Amino acid sequence: MTDAPRKLEWRTATISAIATLTPRIRSFMLSAPGGFSFRAGQHVDVRLTAPDGYTAQRSYSIASAPGPGDAIELMIEKMRDGEVSPFFHDVADVGDEIEVRGPIGGYFIWPEGQAQEATGPVVLVAGGSGLAPLISMVRHRALSGPRIPMALLFSVRTPEDVICADELATLQEARDGFELALAVTRGAAWRPGDFSRRIDADMAADVLARLPAAPVRAYVCGSNPFVEAAASALLASGLAADVIRTERYGG
Amino acid sequence: MATRGFTGRRPPPGERERLPPGQYLTADFPVLSAGPTPQIAPEKWTFTLKDGPRPVKTWDWAAFNALPRSKLTRDIHCVTKWSKFDTHWEGVLVDDILADAGLVAPTPFVLAHSFDGYSTNVPYSDLSEGKAMVATTFGGQPLHPEHGGPARLLVPHLYFWKSAKWVNGLQFTAVDTAGFWELRGYHIYGDPWREQRFTGD
Repeated sequence: MTDAPRKLEWRTATISAIATLTPRIRSFMLSAPGGFSFRAGQHVDVRLTAPDGYTAQRSYSIASAPGPGDAIELMIEKMRDGEVSPFFHDVADVGDEIEVRGPIGGYFIWPEGQAQEATGPVVLVAGGSGLAPLISMVRHRALSGPRIPMALLFSVRTPEDVICADELATLQEARDGFELALAVTRGAAWRPGDFSRRIDADMAADVLARLPAAPVRAYVCGSNPFVEAAASALLASGLAADVIRTERYGG
Repeated sequence: MATRGFTGRRPPPGERERLPPGQYLTADFPVLSAGPTPQIAPEKWTFTLKDGPRPVKTWDWAAFNALPRSKLTRDIHCVTKWSKFDTHWEGVLVDDILADAGLVAPTPFVLAHSFDGYSTNVPYSDLSEGKAMVATTFGGQPLHPEHGGPARLLVPHLYFWKSAKWVNGLQFTAVDTAGFWELRGYHIYGDPWREQRFTGD
């Protein structure tokens, strides 16, 4: 699970597609010759440079699945008073060149190398744009098999904030061991079996019960308050602390 | 390579020279942790100083808080790109921990350990002479668990992952020994002014 030491070089990637996912989140496909070798859950650093040499960097999780293509997908939420995300939303266009380096991160990754963690059930808990590294895992499972049991609990404010709703619902309808539960905190439950409240211990227990066995790993990603609440809910429903891995946005 | 259409938002003079390359200023205090926040009651808290495998001295919460206390006000820099200026900390300098144990640094290398199994390596020369402390308050308040409370290491001149949260010991090691993130691609030393984020930087 430890990569051999090597220098992470900045590379020039080209924006090959842009899509609107929700009112605040857009998808950017970044293509580079030779593609990107990464594992589901990892992120990249992005660097923007002004004409006078001033630079700004941010980290974004990779939302696409590992594979042979030469592009990665980033899901970028437009932050109020942001510097980099408003550039992506308001200025960046297909064909623009962006510097990236990575992949980065050797801990928040799935599957892991060890046999049990690589094949045992997993639970994913996402808040808003925290879906990005987790949908990479969902897509990786769908593309590569084997059909490891996986449950995704995805919390959003309103139904229009559900990223990739049709894709996720279609994956669940395949009935091959992927379970999807949506929690809408300001609105009605989206489908039967979904929730219309913030995450709590009862909700976590309900979602865990949809797996055939207790998860060997939980991945939680979102804002820090969301991650704190979700991790507490998972602990309260019986998961051990060392099963739970977290990635917190807002830093 | 200039990015088409990017002008950026430069920090004003006075901030600019305090921001290491690639960093931006935040007024928040973001949290980065690899797992759930441990809840450590003071009566369960201990701190152990080790020379290799050998424990030199262990303090409980009361004994640790009876050590000489110091204050540091410093800028801090997280490898995830945010920096925060003028953060106020109080705790026990590493110098005073060693003095209380009667230990003279036996090696140049230290590994900090935490309650959650986290570890990070810091050269002793970056911990000594008032440069680092085990902090128990932030902004005049007891350190919140999300930020490493009851106590965290504070090594403000290095990227903030070196300031191990929920710290429960310092261990002198015979050789420089990579810790949790250093084993996972992050830089062995982590100087923000040289932008040593990742292995090879």
